[in-house]
Amino acid sequence: MSVLVDKDTRLLVQGITGKFGGFHAGLSMEYGTNVAAGVTPRKGGQIWEDKVPVFNTVKEAVANEGINATAIFVPPPFAADSILEAIDAKVPLIVAITEGIPVRDMTEVKTALKNSSCRLVGPNCPGIITPEECRIGIMPGYIHMPGRVGVISRSGTLTYEAVWQLTVRGHGQSTCIGIGGDPINGTSHTDAVKLFNEDPDTDAIIMIGEIGGSAEEEAAAYIMKNVKKPVAAFIAGTTAPPGRRMGHAGAIVSGSSGSAKGKIAALKEAGIAVAETPSEMVDALLTIYNP
Amino acid sequence: MNIHEYQAKELFAEYGVPVSKGVAVQSEDAFNEALNQFPEGGTIVVKSQIHAGGRGKGTFVDGFQGGVKLASTKDEARDFASKMLNNTLVTHQTGPAGRKVQTIYFTEAESIDHEYYLAILMDRETSQPVIIASTEGGVDIEEVAANTPEKITKVYVDSALGLQPYQLRAIGFGLRLSRSTFKEMTQALQGLYNLFWEKDASMVEVNPLIVTEDGKVIALDAKVGFDDNALFRHSDIVELRDLNEEDEKEIEASKFSLNYIALDGNIACLVNGAGLAMSTMDIIKHFGGEPANFLDVGGGANADQVTAAFKIILSDSNVQGILVNIFGGIMKCDIIAEGIIEAAKNVKITVPLVIRLEGTNVEIGKKLLDESGLDLVSADSLADAAEKIVNLVKEKQA
Repeated sequence: MSVLVDKDTRLLVQGITGKFGGFHAGLSMEYGTNVAAGVTPRKGGQIWEDKVPVFNTVKEAVANEGINATAIFVPPPFAADSILEAIDAKVPLIVAITEGIPVRDMTEVKTALKNSSCRLVGPNCPGIITPEECRIGIMPGYIHMPGRVGVISRSGTLTYEAVWQLTVRGHGQSTCIGIGGDPINGTSHTDAVKLFNEDPDTDAIIMIGEIGGSAEEEAAAYIMKNVKKPVAAFIAGTTAPPGRRMGHAGAIVSGSSGSAKGKIAALKEAGIAVAETPSEMVDALLTIYNP
Repeated sequence: MNIHEYQAKELFAEYGVPVSKGVAVQSEDAFNEALNQFPEGGTIVVKSQIHAGGRGKGTFVDGFQGGVKLASTKDEARDFASKMLNNTLVTHQTGPAGRKVQTIYFTEAESIDHEYYLAILMDRETSQPVIIASTEGGVDIEEVAANTPEKITKVYVDSALGLQPYQLRAIGFGLRLSRSTFKEMTQALQGLYNLFWEKDASMVEVNPLIVTEDGKVIALDAKVGFDDNALFRHSDIVELRDLNEEDEKEIEASKFSLNYIALDGNIACLVNGAGLAMSTMDIIKHFGGEPANFLDVGGGANADQVTAAFKIILSDSNVQGILVNIFGGIMKCDIIAEGIIEAAKNVKITVPLVIRLEGTNVEIGKKLLDESGLDLVSADSLADAAEKIVNLVKEKQA
C-alpha cells in the first residue's frame, strides 16, 4: 500500500561514508529499510559499519547488489555528478537529499533525465517514506503511521507537521514524498499527485506547497481534470515579501508570479480544500474525506 | 547575490557586449578626476548605484528628485552627483526606508533611435534558460506581457546544446531588426548568454538595450543576479558583493548559517525549517500580529546558533515578542530546549517569549524549560502558540 518505495526496495546510499549520509543510512536501517550498498569513490571494498558493502561506482553496486533506489548524500559541488552517475547506471529511483546544488547543474541533470527512464525526487528534500516499510532520507521515522493518506511537500519540517497531525488523529499515510525546495526538481507536485491518484491503496492526498514558481497551479489544473480522490492543500508564504528568497532557493515571489494568493485561488478553483493555517491541514482534509 | 549596474557593465564589456563609457566613484574627491575622462560639451548621465529598480523615478529623502539625471555640463554633473552621494534614495522597490547611495556612476549619454528589452532567466517550468526579448524597451516588461504579448519573443535554450544560430536569428526577427544592426545585436546577445551560463547567473536583464541614431547597439542599463549555490566556483563574482546593500542583521545571521530576513513587524520568530518558518509568519499574521522576521535555524541547530539567533532577533528594536516554533525530528527537543536555556543565560530577553516544541523527546524538552526558571509561556500547537504571542504583545501595548 504505497508508491515508489516499499519493503522490496534495495537501497544504495551515495555518500554513505560521510557523516550525514552515514548517520541517516543507520537510521534507515533501524527503521527496517534494506540498505544494500554504499558508494564512495576510492573506498570500494570496505564494509561500512560491518554491515554494508561499499563500492567505487554506482554501476558496480547495481551489478553486485541488485539496487533499485539510491539516496544522494553528496556535498553540493559533486551532487549533480552523483545523480548523473546514478542515471547512467539506470537506477530507477534517485532521491537527492543534498541542499545547495547549483541551478545550472540541475538543468544538465534534467536533460539527462529526459533521455532515461529514471525518476529523480528532490534535490533539497527530506526524502520518501512508506511507513513501517522503507525510509529514504532524513525524516524522523516514528512520527509516521501506515495508512491511506498520501502526503506531498516542498518542505521538510512542514511535512512533519502535517504527518504528525495525521498520526495523532489516527490517520495513517500510504507514502510521504518530499519533492524539495529547489526551483528545478525531479518530481513535481503533479507527478506525485499522479502517483497517488493511480495507487489503489491511497484514498486521499495532502499537498503542501509554498511561494515561487507555478508547480502548485499546474497540479491544481491536473487535479481538477483527473483526480476524484479528496485533496487538501496548504500554501506557505502568504506574508513573504516579494523578491526575497525565503530559505528555500525556490521560494521567491518574482513580479506577479509565484504568490501564495494566486496559488490558493487556483487550488480552491480546482475543488481542493485549502487550510487557512498550517495547524488546520488535517481539519481541511476531513471536511472532504470520511475514512 | 546581486551586483551594481557599473559592475554588471564591466562584466558585459568582458563578454563583448557594448556599453557606454562610464566611471564609478565612491567619494566626492573623485568626481573631478572621473569627469575629466569625458569630452567637453557632451551630455553626461549621473546614476545612483543601488540594488533596486525604479531609480530614475525615485525621490531622495531630502526631496531631491530622480536617482538618474542628465547633465548638460560637467558642473551640473558634479552638482547632481554631490546631491545623490550619501543621500538615501526611495524607489518603488526599496520600501519606504530607501537605500543609501554610496557609489555614483557617470556615463556618456547616447542618442537613442530605439529601445529594446532583453532578459535571460532560468525557466522553472522547462528547467532551461529562457531568453525574453521585446521591441518595447525602457518600460515595465510585466505590463508589456499583460497588454501586448505579441511584442515579446521567447526562446528556450537547450542547455546541453547551448544557444544556436537559428535561435539568435529568431530573436533578431522577433525584434524586427534592420539588416545593419542584426549582426551587432546577435553578437551582443551571444555575449550576454555566455555571461549568464559561464558565471552561473540567475538573471541577466538589459532594459533598455538600445540602437543609437548612428546604428550602434548599446546596453544602456544592466541588472545581473547570481545563483548563491554556485558562488563557490566564482571567487571573482564573490568579490563584487557589496555588504552596504545588505541588512546588518542578515549579514550577521549568514555567519552562523542562519537563514534570516528582516521584516517590518514586531513579533519575531525562530523556527527550524524554511517551510515551517514561512508558515509561522503566516499564522502570526492570521491571528492579527505582524511578523518581524523570517528565521530558519536549520535542521541541526546547536546552542551557539540558537544564541546567535536570539541576539539577532533582539537587536531589532521593533521586536516586542518572540515565538519559538520547533518541530524536533532528528534534532531532538531536549537538545533544542538546552540551546534555548543556554541562549537565555547569554542574552537578556525582556519581551514575552512563547515556545512551542513538538516531536522527538518533547516531554523532556518541556520539562527542562519548565525547570529552567525562564520567564516563558509554553504552547501546545502552532495555532495556540501564535494566538498566545499575539495576545501577550497586545496586552503589553495596552
